[in-house]
Amino acid sequence: MEKLYTWLDERLGLQTIYDTVLDRKVPKVNWFYTLGSASLFLFVMQAVTGIFLTVYYVPSPDHAYDSIQYIMNGVAFGWLIRGIHHWGATLMVIVVFFHMLRTFFFASYKYPRELTWLTGVGLLLCTLGMGFTGYLLPWNQRAYWATTVGTEIPGTAPFIGPFITSILRGGTDLSGVTLARFFSVHIWWLPAAIVLLIGVHMYLIIRLGISSVPKPED
Amino acid sequence: MAKSHELQRRDFVKSVVAVIGTIIGGFITLPAIGYLISPALKGSTAEAWIPLGPLENYPVDTPTLFNFTRTKINGWEKTVNSYGVYVVNQGNGQAKVYNNMCTHLSCRVTWQPDNQIYFCPCHDGQFDPDGEVVGGPPPRPLNVYETKVEEGVLSIHFVEG
Repeated sequence: MEKLYTWLDERLGLQTIYDTVLDRKVPKVNWFYTLGSASLFLFVMQAVTGIFLTVYYVPSPDHAYDSIQYIMNGVAFGWLIRGIHHWGATLMVIVVFFHMLRTFFFASYKYPRELTWLTGVGLLLCTLGMGFTGYLLPWNQRAYWATTVGTEIPGTAPFIGPFITSILRGGTDLSGVTLARFFSVHIWWLPAAIVLLIGVHMYLIIRLGISSVPKPED
Repeated sequence: MAKSHELQRRDFVKSVVAVIGTIIGGFITLPAIGYLISPALKGSTAEAWIPLGPLENYPVDTPTLFNFTRTKINGWEKTVNSYGVYVVNQGNGQAKVYNNMCTHLSCRVTWQPDNQIYFCPCHDGQFDPDGEVVGGPPPRPLNVYETKVEEGVLSIHFVEG
């Protein structure tokens, strides 16, 4: 075991990764500084439960609702997986938002961490996008009408509004095309963007370190 | 102290973490595995006693067609299959019930009273009133259902597949 680890470490630099990522020096901070880790954990949890849900979910108007009924009542622990994904989604929006508030109130967005803040803004918007696209997928009355209203809001913009609405819906009306594209955005486009942004975000955190709690004289 | 045989604090913490970690891991892994394999655990043997109505309604020694449908549910999908059986009332309180599916390639056979045969239009398969092959390509006699008569009502034992 010891030999195997040495062999791997010599080639992969495991100890260096451990030291830079997990054993790095941090200032004495408070519990509000754990919200970022909490966001990351929730993202991983949503990704895993989401992958599990795609085993049974079908993004088509004919089957979306029934396939979710099947997950809830027919599949062992389906209620648990979907329950975690459902409540984890709400929790993630809250945690990510509080993480943003913490960064703002503790002035962590200032030099040299402007780019960490900007990628964080991207991550917050992606998280909201995940909430918006995921809400349609159960294809029940609430999902249908929430998305009808949600896609109508950008339609009020002057000149290009109606065009944006029809891009979101994939046509003038909410349809199977909307469901398919929301599903695609929910499981491919946004997760890919989030993983990319998390990568940059984490790199910057490790490179620059986290900010300390502001003192009265700051 | 370092050479002491007593359990060191560090080792104690390590084993406690390992035990608790295993328990938590189990709580996460087992439902996940159950979720993935659960459709495979459900038995697929669909069997039922299907009532075909009072036996006295069927004319004696005359094959009479009875149609029914069965609904099969796979996950979120419902499939309705229709079946046809020929009921022959034997007049002694018993009945013989044949599946009208030809044993060759599953076309539906029809009873031809003039020729006294079950005739399959696809490849000229022919069965006598007892279901035995008398002509054409069918490899074996018509399938027969297990029957029972309770309080005058005829039922067949339907087994899927």
